[in-house]
Amino acid sequence: MSAKKTLFDKVWDSHVVHQIENGPDVLFIDRHMVHEVTSPVAFLGLKSRGIRVLHPEKTFATADHNTPTINQHLPVEDPLSANQLKMLEENATEHGISYWGLGHEKNGIVHVVGPEYGITLPGATIVCGDSHTSTHGAFGAIAFGIGTSEVEMVLATQCIMQPKPKSMRINITGELQFGVSPKDVALFIISQLTTSGATGYFVEYAGDVFTNMTMEGRMTVCNLSIEMGARGGMIAPDDTTFHYIKGREFTPKDEAWNTAMNYWQTLYTDEGAAFDKELTFDGSQIEPMITYGTNPGMGMGISNDIPNADAVQGASATFKKSLKYMKFDEGDSMIGKPIDFVFLGSCTNGRIEDFRAFASIVKGKKKAENVTAWLVPGSHQVEAAIKKEGILAILTEAGFELREPGCSACLAMNDDKVPAGKLAVSTSNRNFEGRQGPGSRTLLASPLVAAAAAVTGKVTDPRVLMKSVSA
Amino acid sequence: MAYDKFTKLTSTAVPLPIENIDTDQIIPARFLKATERKGFGDNLFRDWRYNQDNTQKEDFVLNNPKFKGKILVGGRNFGSGSSREHAAWAIYDYGFRCVISSFFADIFRGNCLNIGVLPVQVSPVFLQKILDAIEADPDAAFEVNLEDQKVTILATGEHESFEINEYKKGNMTNGFDDIDYLLHIKDKIEVFAKSTPL
Repeated sequence: MSAKKTLFDKVWDSHVVHQIENGPDVLFIDRHMVHEVTSPVAFLGLKSRGIRVLHPEKTFATADHNTPTINQHLPVEDPLSANQLKMLEENATEHGISYWGLGHEKNGIVHVVGPEYGITLPGATIVCGDSHTSTHGAFGAIAFGIGTSEVEMVLATQCIMQPKPKSMRINITGELQFGVSPKDVALFIISQLTTSGATGYFVEYAGDVFTNMTMEGRMTVCNLSIEMGARGGMIAPDDTTFHYIKGREFTPKDEAWNTAMNYWQTLYTDEGAAFDKELTFDGSQIEPMITYGTNPGMGMGISNDIPNADAVQGASATFKKSLKYMKFDEGDSMIGKPIDFVFLGSCTNGRIEDFRAFASIVKGKKKAENVTAWLVPGSHQVEAAIKKEGILAILTEAGFELREPGCSACLAMNDDKVPAGKLAVSTSNRNFEGRQGPGSRTLLASPLVAAAAAVTGKVTDPRVLMKSVSA
Repeated sequence: MAYDKFTKLTSTAVPLPIENIDTDQIIPARFLKATERKGFGDNLFRDWRYNQDNTQKEDFVLNNPKFKGKILVGGRNFGSGSSREHAAWAIYDYGFRCVISSFFADIFRGNCLNIGVLPVQVSPVFLQKILDAIEADPDAAFEVNLEDQKVTILATGEHESFEINEYKKGNMTNGFDDIDYLLHIKDKIEVFAKSTPL
């Protein structure tokens, strides 16, 4: 009998082309996603070496990070951004890579469109020059972010050199409470592990909470794996996964589907396989979460008070610096804090389910006067679903506008910047200093919490509004 | 692209003893619009280094002429967050060749190794000794010896060894890069590619 393997081992081991003694493994990459910001220098590198992309058919390019979210039909005004977009188009065209630029019907955030079109598949190795590539792990793929030197490496050789990470399994048992969403599960885990608690590990998420989660929810959780330092996170594919991917444009069809299914159904962690680290949490204890500091690990249940610096092991100076930036004090309650901006979107929470959740709260209410809201779908496919499902009508009635797809205020490369000192409730993934614009202050939260803030103008427990609707 | 060889570095160091320094601080996203690898050093730690009117923040260490050198000493969990290699490029372009910390984020560490900046992970105790040595004398010099995998506080002779895998060490000391290696085994890769189902 062969050795017991984890899901991660099965996928990793089947992609090792070559092993270097006392060095990294050479891993074959099935899917390489490319965007405008981290690829131009990689293509320049190919040019200077005089080589071409080895497998353009395994490479997909979309423009998302540095794109406007209004008037996408007009020329991009910022000359540097326009040049970066032009470079991506030229590079993709020259090398015969599928290119979904601004205005293309398939354009959208790389980690939203990959799954939508069936590029993301179980058992695949997927990389992209973006740390949130971990998103694709939701399908049982090994997916992780890489630097530009590695983008060049994959373009040139379809391989990457990586030391095999250690393995960690995070089990969340039981059932989530009313009003608790996948984003809360992820922020809860990060608050427990800190932003470096999983550095050096690849995580598998297991347990009832994930088994019962939709693909959108699984993507949100896997997306945030990097925020606890993990290279990636993955969930074993099951019927939920297979149902999601079947029939999508790049998904195998007919006989190829049957062959693939035979393989995909072997992708689970064998009973008794060993992990380097294993953690278990009770899902029923998780509250809607909110962050109060300048890294995603500084989060807590929304009804809690900000902890005292002394309670933070070995990092009280950094903790105090963080609170000073946020203009909060130890012991503050987050509930009731007036806010200025709300951002719904990003590769973390820019999918249709996130817009459904947001709409469920704002339906029949009005956007608060003091709030500027940016609602940015993750792709044109999400945008189309918002319209088709009647969500746009609900949002419009409540005083919200829908923007065009892109990364937008998640990293504020484009004009969607939160001004200095302003406080934003954001469904994105990072609350670092200045992440959403120089001097901006970010509270990370779920779409439900963002919606509650958007209609009340302050940090509000969404369960209060949900109960009043259901009563 | 091959880069400068790294064998031994003797230099003063710049202290930045803050934990969880993320790559958005090292270089904010709005400075990632270039399509060539140059000039990123100007925006290294942009928002810690400059006010919004572009005047210097006097209390930030890079604006203090007392501190200089090719070694940057950072707090625990250095380089967390985004995969942007621009962060490593900015550090290199500014003139640093080595970052010392008690813990590095994975992707940042890999990016540094790929462009010729040596990430040196030391124990928290030794990191504090280095910071104390700089505080006692900003001109204190340190030796980072890659061949011996050892970092030394020259004033006291105290030293600690650090880890790096043999393959990466060979790349850095010889100025080779991974693509050179992979192109060398391209036939093997192509045989593998034919056997993959996707």
